[in-house]
Amino acid sequence: MHDLTDLYQTVILDHNRRPRNYQVLPTANRVGSGNNPLCGDEVTVYVQLDGNRIADISFQGSGCAISQASASLMTLNLKGKTIPEAEAITGDVMKLITTGNVKDDELSDLAALAGVHQFPARIKCATLSWHAALNAAKGDAKPITTEKGSD
Amino acid sequence: MSPAWQNIRADFPILNQKINGHPLLYLDNAATSQKPQCVIDALSTYYREYNSNVHRGIHALSMRATFAYEAARERSAKFLNAATPAEIVFTAGTTDGINLVANAWGDENLKAGDVILLTEMEHHSNLVPWQLLARRTGAKLRFIPVVAGDTGLLDLANLTELLTTEVKLFAFTHVSNTLGVINPAAELCAAARKVGALTLVDAAQSAGHMPLDVQAMGCDFLVISGHKMCGPTGIGVLYGREALLQAMPPYRGGGSMISSVDFFESKWAPAPQKFEAGTPNIADAIALARAMDYLDELGREEIARHDEHLAAVAYARIKSEIPGIRVLGPAHHRSGVVSFALPGAHAHDVVTLADRDGIALRGGHHCNQPLMRKLGLMSTSRASFYFYNTEDEIERLVQSLKKIQQFFAA
Repeated sequence: MHDLTDLYQTVILDHNRRPRNYQVLPTANRVGSGNNPLCGDEVTVYVQLDGNRIADISFQGSGCAISQASASLMTLNLKGKTIPEAEAITGDVMKLITTGNVKDDELSDLAALAGVHQFPARIKCATLSWHAALNAAKGDAKPITTEKGSD
Repeated sequence: MSPAWQNIRADFPILNQKINGHPLLYLDNAATSQKPQCVIDALSTYYREYNSNVHRGIHALSMRATFAYEAARERSAKFLNAATPAEIVFTAGTTDGINLVANAWGDENLKAGDVILLTEMEHHSNLVPWQLLARRTGAKLRFIPVVAGDTGLLDLANLTELLTTEVKLFAFTHVSNTLGVINPAAELCAAARKVGALTLVDAAQSAGHMPLDVQAMGCDFLVISGHKMCGPTGIGVLYGREALLQAMPPYRGGGSMISSVDFFESKWAPAPQKFEAGTPNIADAIALARAMDYLDELGREEIARHDEHLAAVAYARIKSEIPGIRVLGPAHHRSGVVSFALPGAHAHDVVTLADRDGIALRGGHHCNQPLMRKLGLMSTSRASFYFYNTEDEIERLVQSLKKIQQFFAA
């Protein structure tokens, strides 16, 4: 039996209610967007890339608590990171979301996303903004979609 | 005499189970209904006793299967009050039926400048096939709006300006899968006939929920899905007026739909066989006919009354007991579909939390994205009732929604 508190931890509820870095970034020089056509979730990620480093990052969008909290956590964790660092963190987070295994303390508040793996229908909600962020940082202008085909 | 609805639940073995430690409360009937044991039995009897290909067979099993398959067509004609079984085409479902008409009738009869009239509340299945047809032919789409506010009723004030002689086809849903609105189908068909437009009625949400009479309605085409009315998935019915079906070219080619075949050209069988290329969905057609028997034993008038009663109770209780909630659709004269939006809680979170209480809801855009945008909603949660649901279950739903609201307010 999966307890709901596994999915909706205090950290998730807090970030859903008060998403951090929820704005259009005036200094952004990269934008990435993503959508989940099955549920209608949308996210736009704004990145100010200084050389190889994500100097600042923000997002806007709409979706469920999991998607909003994950996007909020994403901005806190990728800000200040180089692209290879951001890719490594994102890789760890993807593993966390899909397996629930927390590697070590490094992921800190991101561990709140571990419960998502028990709810397979919700995994894409949590991963969308991370892919959109990497897309933005790496300058790939194509929107991310969680589905290969259309709805 | 109303059927004893509480006893009806015993006909549905799936309802007798626990989900997350709670008795299953199935409120996703607008997506698909559950199946009574008699329908499950009809499927397994076919496969166990007389599975065989239809039409060309001379042996005993094939004759028995053919007889049952054609009897299902006759049953479907009776269910919809079609003039003849020749007006009944078996399809894979509502979507398939609409695509058949859009291709076979549409490609032949529409040209640039013609108008296909739709409404703003159409399911994607009664929108996208017409968008594709418009792209192929140069025809234009036009929409009857939904009135401002949350009642979701069609705004028919300017119908005469929209339903002009340029309109060649008017396709609309009988019952909205998001709003629970029941549209005045007979009135709309009569208005279309006056300007010479054909009508296609999407009856996916009304078949099995209320009496349907295509002759009284006056529609030219009507489409239904078996699985939303106690039947199996993958089977549906397209009703088409016989003269229209006979005049239409085939949609798909293959065996069974021809009268003679040469290397370079073929002649078509008459409708409905012309539209049923290949081995048809024999088992599901037979089981669908059993579902129709079952529904008529209960009485479709009675089912409609029960649906409407549950929807009215749910609408009133949710609206009065959950502060700030937006409930869509009219308060009365509605189907058993009740959609709502809880401020501060996304529909998918609501559905996930309700599932922990054993309640099956649906959350999202319900294949109604343009309508959702118009209503200023990203998504809604939807409870959709059928005759095996009870007032006690509404109590459970309301209590669960109260908990969910507190959870996200905390």
